[in-house]
Amino acid sequence: MSNVLEVFARPEPPPAKQEMGFFTDTSLCIGCKACEVACKQWNQLPADGLEWTGHSYDNTVMLSDTTWRHVAFVEQFDSKGAGRWLMMSDVCKHCRQAPCQEACPTGSIIYNEFGNVYVQQDICNGCGYCVAACPFGVLDRNEEDGRAHKCTLCYDRQKDDMEPACAKACPTDSILFGPISEMKQHAEKRVEQLHARGETDAYIYGAERAGEYSELNSIFLLKDKPQAYNLPEAPRRPAAHMKKSYAFSFGAAIFLGAMSALLLSGDE
Amino acid sequence: MPGLGTSFGRGAATTFQEDLQNSDCILIMGSNMAEAHPVGFRFVMKARENGAKIMHVDPHFSRTSAMCNEYVPIRTGTDIAFLGGIIHYILENDRWFKEYVLAYTNAATIINGDYTDAEELGGVFNGLQREERRYDQKVAAWNYAGEPKQPKNQTDQAIKAQSFSERLGHLENPVPPQDPTLQDPMCVFQILKRHYARYLAEKVAEICGCSQQQFLSVAESLCANSGRERTSAIVYAVGWTQHTTGVQIIRAAGIVQLLLGNMGRPGGGIMAMRGHASIQGSTDIPTLYDILPGYIPQPATMRDHGTLKDYLKQEEVSTGYWANLPKFMVSLLKAWYGEAAKKENDHGFGWVPRIDANYSQLPAFLRMAQGKVKGLFLFGQNPAAGAPNAKLNRKALMQLDWLVVRDWFEIESASFWYKGPEKPDPKAIKTEIFFLPAASNAEKDGSFTNTQRLLQWHDKAVDPPGDCRSDAWFVFQLGKRLKKLYAESQQKRDQGLLNLTWDYDHDRMQELPDGSLSKIIGEPDMEKILKEINGYTVKEGKHVAGFSELKDDGSTACGCWIYSGVFPEPGRNRARSRKRDAQNPTSPDWGFAWPHNRRMMYNRASADPEGKPWSERKKYMWWDEAAKRWTGVDTPDFEPDKPPSYRATNESRGMDAISGDAPFIMKPDGRAWLFAPMGTKDGPLPTHYEPMESPVPNLLYPEQASPLAEVFKDDLNQLAMAMDPEYPIVGTTYRLTEHYLSGPMSRFNSWLNELQPEMFVELSPELAQQRGITHGGWMVIWNKRAAIEARAMVTGRVQSLTVNGRTLHQIGIPFHWGFAGETVGSMANDLTSMVADPNVSMHEAKAFTCNVRAGRVGDADVADKFSAWPTRAKSPDTPESDQPEGQAI
Repeated sequence: MSNVLEVFARPEPPPAKQEMGFFTDTSLCIGCKACEVACKQWNQLPADGLEWTGHSYDNTVMLSDTTWRHVAFVEQFDSKGAGRWLMMSDVCKHCRQAPCQEACPTGSIIYNEFGNVYVQQDICNGCGYCVAACPFGVLDRNEEDGRAHKCTLCYDRQKDDMEPACAKACPTDSILFGPISEMKQHAEKRVEQLHARGETDAYIYGAERAGEYSELNSIFLLKDKPQAYNLPEAPRRPAAHMKKSYAFSFGAAIFLGAMSALLLSGDE
Repeated sequence: MPGLGTSFGRGAATTFQEDLQNSDCILIMGSNMAEAHPVGFRFVMKARENGAKIMHVDPHFSRTSAMCNEYVPIRTGTDIAFLGGIIHYILENDRWFKEYVLAYTNAATIINGDYTDAEELGGVFNGLQREERRYDQKVAAWNYAGEPKQPKNQTDQAIKAQSFSERLGHLENPVPPQDPTLQDPMCVFQILKRHYARYLAEKVAEICGCSQQQFLSVAESLCANSGRERTSAIVYAVGWTQHTTGVQIIRAAGIVQLLLGNMGRPGGGIMAMRGHASIQGSTDIPTLYDILPGYIPQPATMRDHGTLKDYLKQEEVSTGYWANLPKFMVSLLKAWYGEAAKKENDHGFGWVPRIDANYSQLPAFLRMAQGKVKGLFLFGQNPAAGAPNAKLNRKALMQLDWLVVRDWFEIESASFWYKGPEKPDPKAIKTEIFFLPAASNAEKDGSFTNTQRLLQWHDKAVDPPGDCRSDAWFVFQLGKRLKKLYAESQQKRDQGLLNLTWDYDHDRMQELPDGSLSKIIGEPDMEKILKEINGYTVKEGKHVAGFSELKDDGSTACGCWIYSGVFPEPGRNRARSRKRDAQNPTSPDWGFAWPHNRRMMYNRASADPEGKPWSERKKYMWWDEAAKRWTGVDTPDFEPDKPPSYRATNESRGMDAISGDAPFIMKPDGRAWLFAPMGTKDGPLPTHYEPMESPVPNLLYPEQASPLAEVFKDDLNQLAMAMDPEYPIVGTTYRLTEHYLSGPMSRFNSWLNELQPEMFVELSPELAQQRGITHGGWMVIWNKRAAIEARAMVTGRVQSLTVNGRTLHQIGIPFHWGFAGETVGSMANDLTSMVADPNVSMHEAKAFTCNVRAGRVGDADVADKFSAWPTRAKSPDTPESDQPEGQAI
């Protein structure tokens, strides 16, 4: 009897702690990919295949169910060889109001006590709604187990007071981890510092709410337009369009119903 | 590293990576530090964030270049022209640090009047014996005035590599004649000025292929960031060493740093980045044929080394620190031969093997290719894919009777007999190969000596799996079996082996960190070996505290004097210590740096001749007048209580010959050598020569290439003539972050392979268009030695250069692939050649000529003489279960 009850019992969630997040400073990234390997090793993720892409030194191409850190390489050179080579380690944005969490019908995707977006593997039913909802292409379904996977922000390490594997491995402190309020302060200072040095193209991506989209708990310092790094300039949150969409669907249903009624009646 | 040894006294990085963050300007040249040493590059980034100017001068735009404030492209192999130009700029514009140069270098020293510079002889110095490829010292007269023309212990030509004492030199007069006004035409300063007079900025640009502005900006940045208040550092790696002029390139950098007063000072120095883990350790306790532990010269048959007395007389350096050689040598013999080493038998000196020729890697493999070598042990080395002219190396391995390969995986050097581009017929190869699985570093105790001479101990975490064993286990067990095998021998030649101390067994079963007992039987106790290396008193078996306690009477034993002090008492292995000191940037209790835990060598030079810091900003070591001692944040690289006012005389010997204002205590005159009166075989001053293969004439001298460079003749080792129109393209090889060397540790790991899965070659859009090569498509690269194929990476990062008024194309070839492993691909080293620097027998993989076309090997006439390359064939070598990666979720 007690076993049956246990199924319905809702255990107390761990008390909320300080919100934690990443600050990825691309101006310090040397493109070593130590973050990618550290992530795969800690989380025991398999390799994605051995395809040479020719996209500069980027053979990982994108974030996926088995790649939770991805270093992008952007070559910007003119015909005289003048230019720059941008590198950026991409990761789940851990949005404060995450479309994947909003889209998840089973409650598998939650905010854990560190304010991070976390997929509970034992609850995920593999519907894939989150995959479509994420404007950053972070989530992906795994072909073998059918479930959605993404960066956990090393939830297991955080619970033991350790920083995430990628931040630990980064040799140049391009990936910083800490309370998100501190990360934001640090990012602001860093931009000021770069501006003072004449690097006026530096700015922070994701620290503030942008239109319909919430702040991110994984923010980035970028040196070019977001598109250059394959990030959306204005990410969309499907839930923000719900009212409009429902109204439109409702209107369309009435309209189509009326039309078909009309057509059917005309047939008589 | 005689480039550094000849200039400063010790062949090792003069500073430590953490100190790079104190630099005001860093010149990275001949190094792709961000990719090859990403962890150490952290400190370069810190310097950049502190406002330092970071410059990268390199043939290809790498991830290092992307991080620098300034990138200057140059043609590979023209480094001496570039650095010579900087020397000229410094002298011409009077930018040298006068007090430093006058006090701490041999600028004022007068050179023998018979000396004739390359300036007057078309690019060579007097005394050249062209056929014998050497300088005759009786004629050359490079020595200081008043010294005998021929240094007393100059070796026979037959032995190519010099002993360390020769490199350091021996002076009869530790206070040589000087002209402090620097006006004497035969003083080093004037010779230097004349020698570099022709290295003008426009010439540099014409030779190197950069613009004059780019060159001048680098030169000016170094000058502007040197002096009392500021310091600049230079970082190099194998991009400098792997040339026939490698030693002289490093010498040139030494001259720049000395003229600017950057040696021995915080944020200054020359940071030599080593190419492998613990490669510094493997020269300190050498795997080299011509030196004994601690850079003690190996006895040789062609010198008068009959008895210990003869040897010590021959190798004596009577002034400076090397005057202690007898103590180090006798202590080494005691460590090796224990009780059998007695005064009556010369402490067993007669048992130490003698050398009679050059047994360095290149000539050894050539000898092997000629069938003159019967067997070979390979420990963590992969010549079949990683050595210069890998094809010739594979041929050499096929001539062996037996080969033992100890590695983690079945690498190219263990599988060349049944696969590879030659498609060998296993039946035709007689070599019997024993592949023995090796333990990884987490599976054994031991230490690494890193690029900055820092010993860091690692404890065994777990037992190695299956039959894997540590290299130490293997050598220990092999030694035991050999001793048993020869136990009855009365032969004189076997007595060395039989008398060798070999008592490293664990006293009790080894305990693992989790408290369980190790299941490996016969593993030696590595701390017993460390104790022997550190040194101990023979009678009591008491650890010595440092090399100053060593004696030449047989009462102390020490396996490597420069490491002495690492294990000063039982239970205190300083290499194991991991204490960060927030108050002291040198963190003296993090590991142990030789010598005697000095983090920065020659640090006496961080103070002025009177012993005061040059400036408050660059304070490091100074003379404390009240305490009568040298003090500061580091261990002084000087006699701790020798006052700055002390003066040596010509009668002084040993350390007494080093004055209180002479910071380079390993040099016989205590001064750094701008001009090297001895120690470098190919000239006392760096001189620009073209690489052995070059499409460009020497624009500075009639002499095309180094007249002393060694060429090894073999059908498989043909060289293109200079300016051969068939091979107009310059090739250079390099590493990527994702892989390690020829791949034995990385190409068997999917996590790394997915990041760089295929062999590619980087070329400019201009060259690609000219040859019809498409980005991502196949291309063939060929020269006189091989044809290989690769994917074309057409990128704006590679640009054509204007050299000698013409367009010159350079291609970049990563050297990570081979035919074993999870990813396979052509070997860059099939293209490289066996030619060698005369000083250290280093090859020239960083500069050679070739040609390119679109397509694949075997699909055109030009490459038909080379066999097709089985590039994408999957290798079945490593069972998945052996791989460290996780399985699918």
